[in-house]
Amino acid sequence: MAEYKPPTLPSPFTNTTPPPTLLTQGAEAHVYKTASLDPAIPAALKIRPSKPYRHPILDRRLTRQRIIQEARCLFKLIKEGVSVPGVLALDWEGHGGAESGWGGAWLLMEWVEGAVVRVVLERWEAWMKQNEASLNPVQREREEASARALLKRMGATIGALHKAGVIHGDLTTSNLMLRGSPQDNTATTTTENGASMKGDIVLIDFGLASQSVQDEDRAVDLYVLERAIGSTHPRSEPFFDALVQGYRESHRGAPSTLKRLEDVRMRGRKRSMIG
Amino acid sequence: MASYLETIALPHLPPSLPVHVALYRDVQNSAFLKQQLLAGNAEFEYALIDASMVLSRAHATSAVFRAVNDYIHERLKSRNVHSEIVFSLSPTNNIADSFRKFGITDSTKDLLVVKVSESPEITHDSVATHLGSSIQGTPVPFDDETLSKISDVGKIKKLYKLGALPSPGQGNAAQGDDAKRRLELSLLGAIALRGS
Repeated sequence: MAEYKPPTLPSPFTNTTPPPTLLTQGAEAHVYKTASLDPAIPAALKIRPSKPYRHPILDRRLTRQRIIQEARCLFKLIKEGVSVPGVLALDWEGHGGAESGWGGAWLLMEWVEGAVVRVVLERWEAWMKQNEASLNPVQREREEASARALLKRMGATIGALHKAGVIHGDLTTSNLMLRGSPQDNTATTTTENGASMKGDIVLIDFGLASQSVQDEDRAVDLYVLERAIGSTHPRSEPFFDALVQGYRESHRGAPSTLKRLEDVRMRGRKRSMIG
Repeated sequence: MASYLETIALPHLPPSLPVHVALYRDVQNSAFLKQQLLAGNAEFEYALIDASMVLSRAHATSAVFRAVNDYIHERLKSRNVHSEIVFSLSPTNNIADSFRKFGITDSTKDLLVVKVSESPEITHDSVATHLGSSIQGTPVPFDDETLSKISDVGKIKKLYKLGALPSPGQGNAAQGDDAKRRLELSLLGAIALRGS
């Protein structure tokens, strides 16, 4: 079997000491943890490598368009005060010639310390399953209220995102972070769990984001998240109404988007092409 | 006079390209310094920045990073890496305009000087000596506290078209910190995205 070879870093990150650590590797990009321009402050580095199976000119154009689109959305959201990682540096040009050079692109972003909501909810659901029997109604109520409050804050943050004119394009509980929440799973053994659900919600991964103010696009964004919660967090699914409530109160256009969400639920994410 | 010249190894840049940075207040010979730049005097090849246009250390270093990264990859838009640093501060693609707005002027009182060690002969000591004999001004530390007394936030916001953002000086301490962070990240984003 061939030995696993981690992807090679593009210049200038060949200079970085210590070298960036690979966190995730998707089909389109690799994400690393590294230093920002201040060695004491960490940053997230997203690299979109070139795809050798595409024609080099087309490849550069697509890579460039996508990284710029992502950076522009983040830039716009930072200006609007929506909580997302800021853009620290960006390179869409690659280097060397079109044939032999590096045709990828990279984006250096602010580091967000915390856990993704997927982990937070999994932790909570596991804890509930384990301790349910011993909880009295008051404790149970309190736990559920914490989970509802979390979903409500998620709704408010997504509302702020849409209000700013941006569609995330891939809302899942893995692309929402809870700033300051512990990353490991040790919290499941503690007696009070709701406390670990406090903190600011931060939206991450704008790789599929676009700019739009249409109800349809906004409703599909919400629908995708609703489905994601339904499939990955069955116990939290009944609290989606709290998310809807947080969203409804976030901006003036929200009620009409939520009306559209009803339609999207009836037919699914893709619009019918008939008629 | 005590020297505050700081030599910075910016993360991700080659160790062979350290960056020397010095901040001065009450500079008396700005017209002379600007004249040396215009004359193309190689002795005075520095990025001479009007420090009132600099919000913070992160603001300045992100412009330096962009310019040096473009220098390494041979895609400078202006004459050399030092003019490129001044140009990199600008959110627009107009080079002459960026020099007028972010570069030294005859009346500049607060001056940020940046020198990239392009060759091994350029060292901390050689830069310190030359600056010590060339710049008539008071050296001050290159840090956020000092810059906060120098930067003209209103002008910075105007040039970056960020007039809608809250100003760092308003509200309580937490609001002020948040406003400064948001403004700083907006400047960094504008620098990173220039020309996109």
